[in-house]
Amino acid sequence: MPVTPTRRSVLAAAVATGAGLLTGCSSANSGSSSPKKGGTLSAAFPGAGVKETMDPHAQRQFVDIARHKAVFDKLVELDSTLRPVPRLARSWSSDDEARVWRFELREARFHDGHVLDADDVLYSLSRILDPDAADHLAKNSLSHVDLANCRKVGRRGVEIALTRPNAELPSQLAMTGTPVVRDGWDDPSKPVGTGPFRFASFTAGLGFTGRRFDDHWNGAPHLDEVRILSAESEARAAAVRSGEVHFAHEMTPTFARTVAHDGRVRVVATKRSGVQGFALKTDRAPFDDPDAALAVKLLVDRKRLVDVVCAGRAEIGNDLYGKGYTYYPDGLEQREQDVAGARRLLRRTGLYNKKVTFYTSTAADGFAQAAHLFTEQAGEAGLKVEVVNGPPESYFTDALSKGTVTNHRCGAMTIPTYIGERLLSDAPQNQTAWKHEDFDDDFTAARAEVDDEKRTARYRSVQTTLRDRGGLVLWGHPEWLNAVSRTAHGVKEAPPNTVDWARFDTVWLD
Amino acid sequence: MLHYTLRRCGWTLVQLAVLSLVVFLLTDLLPGDAATVDFNEQAGLDQVAQLREQMGLDRPLVERFADWAHGLLTGDLGTSLVGGGPVRDVLSSSVPVTAALAVVTLVLLVPLAVAVGLLTGLRAGSRTDRTVSAVTLTLTSVPDFVLALLLVGVFALRLGWLPSTWVGADDVWWQRPELFVLPVAVLLARTVCVLSRQIRAGTVTALHAGYTVQARRLGVPPARLVLRHVLPNAAVPGVQELARTGDQLLGGVLVVEAVFAVPGTATALVEAVQNRDVPTVQGLTLTLAAVACLLNLAADLVSHRLAPRTEVLR
Repeated sequence: MPVTPTRRSVLAAAVATGAGLLTGCSSANSGSSSPKKGGTLSAAFPGAGVKETMDPHAQRQFVDIARHKAVFDKLVELDSTLRPVPRLARSWSSDDEARVWRFELREARFHDGHVLDADDVLYSLSRILDPDAADHLAKNSLSHVDLANCRKVGRRGVEIALTRPNAELPSQLAMTGTPVVRDGWDDPSKPVGTGPFRFASFTAGLGFTGRRFDDHWNGAPHLDEVRILSAESEARAAAVRSGEVHFAHEMTPTFARTVAHDGRVRVVATKRSGVQGFALKTDRAPFDDPDAALAVKLLVDRKRLVDVVCAGRAEIGNDLYGKGYTYYPDGLEQREQDVAGARRLLRRTGLYNKKVTFYTSTAADGFAQAAHLFTEQAGEAGLKVEVVNGPPESYFTDALSKGTVTNHRCGAMTIPTYIGERLLSDAPQNQTAWKHEDFDDDFTAARAEVDDEKRTARYRSVQTTLRDRGGLVLWGHPEWLNAVSRTAHGVKEAPPNTVDWARFDTVWLD
Repeated sequence: MLHYTLRRCGWTLVQLAVLSLVVFLLTDLLPGDAATVDFNEQAGLDQVAQLREQMGLDRPLVERFADWAHGLLTGDLGTSLVGGGPVRDVLSSSVPVTAALAVVTLVLLVPLAVAVGLLTGLRAGSRTDRTVSAVTLTLTSVPDFVLALLLVGVFALRLGWLPSTWVGADDVWWQRPELFVLPVAVLLARTVCVLSRQIRAGTVTALHAGYTVQARRLGVPPARLVLRHVLPNAAVPGVQELARTGDQLLGGVLVVEAVFAVPGTATALVEAVQNRDVPTVQGLTLTLAAVACLLNLAADLVSHRLAPRTEVLR
């Protein structure tokens, strides 16, 4: 079946290809030198126009999160394996039930001179959980914080009480929408944080400028100034190649191929930075029968999907989220394409030669392409697929309720967060409509387990259940591609939303 | 002429009122709404419902339109559903950018097109005419985005003479004339070609018209003949074409704004439609439509002035 490219993909490919033809070849420069002080770094991220905000609790887009990361800090961040690492919180511990947590704060200074204290943390939590703030994203994942019983312990100790046990609280405090703000602060037009850059200016849809904060608790940044700009993919590609920006976020495999021999730019590729897959609705026929879902898992040709949709820049998935992350259940046999086995299961479940609807859209690169490839592969096994295109602007919200099969993708987050937000009966983004009380109980028990080994074993069991009986067909773990100019150094490979991602305080220019 | 102008202005107001209603209805018919789009891939249905209520999208369509129309009558274009700021702020940040591009383009367009049109028209059939006509025909056939990407590839990426995009220009774009070069070149390429071909055709016709032949017989000098008799008549179709060109330019020329990341009205309008931000879509559409109507009115009046025999005023 033909695959229709989008206007944007055509333009991006054309920029990359045209530019490739017109520029000379030279060897790639991975770049390393001893850090130098000074300079202004410009970084381009996909923009979101007037939606962009400097309210760190209303984070929506990567461009927002990158800007907030420059100005604010979190108590905790995640390392590249999605394990919590200290930031404003120097250390933490919990009671035996993981119901009361104590965080010790480090001595950090806000840009206005105020020294971080427990009141700032308690205020930040109450602001995040403001019931009237519909756009505060972390309020769901932190809804079990018992604000009334949270308290300060001395000047730098904070006790966070929970309404239910949760061994994952530190990780959840590292997710998007959780930066610490100054006690009483509520003016996004004048952001004041403890981050490595002071706020200088911001225009939604255009750019942000931050200036070096010399009193940052982790040491002053190398740069004098950082500019975080908004730009669509074609503009990012051209701007980073022409040297107008030093860093371009979220580039395509086509771009990476084009600049492979361009000495002016190098691509920093972070492996396993999320997941791509298909979501089968398990609350309705035919995928309320786990065997029907298993048939789909067997019929897909994961390698071909990776090769075509991700241009080969992905690791093959095993219907499990978070390959390489903490709690990923290693050692499970890789699921391979088994058309004969799939056909047997389709016959047994009465699905052979029947039709299902695939609700897709151009909401993300490769979605429509993946849907059409799936249609071909399903056809080989005897499952007919009708592809229906939906509007990209609201696709992810629509896909929560529409379609029998839908596209699924997810960026980097901890495995418990992924399950908690997508696979519990009351999860806000339960795209597979996976609603099983016993599963919820197993997951809740795992999350409450304070012993690391036991918790890991319980999570393994939960994930195995999902892999065998759930509605997620996770076929690939794509690389995350950023472009860096040869004059910029210190940019590390890091999955989005982790501590070294979009981190410009440790970057320097020639 | 005054009566005609007033009548046209009245009709323009009616057109704008109808347009605003149609745009409102069409935007409402699009799948999804501002709340759904705003939280796409970010939150669950409960949070979407809460946001929808906060945005007032749970109110009936008629009530929402009446509110907006009432605001308009009192000079208030409303508030963006997505950004939360006044729609006039979106207009004040995007319209000047597109207007600046359009003005620079128009200022260069007219003399260029007249020069090329006269050059080829006065020497119709010559080698110059054939060569220039071949170039203009070719450029007319090249899609804007192809030309834009080629220019970016050569002048920004290869030679490094000019910026490839407006990324990072912020709100000081007017202090950086180099930003205008490539977008204006793309905007000019097609428009100069189309307009000059119109003027060329008009020139050829006017050169063979009875009044020109008679003037030549009476010994009118060639320069005066061209300026007084050929050009005014040759320019009439050109003026109408110029009005159409103005429409396009003020519409933002989507491709040019997209390729060069120009934060103009077309970019703002596309973004507002994608966000289902109805008040912003309304504000931008009405502004662009009003300007387009004024341009067309101006073109009709200028055409009449140049050649009173045209019948636009009847």
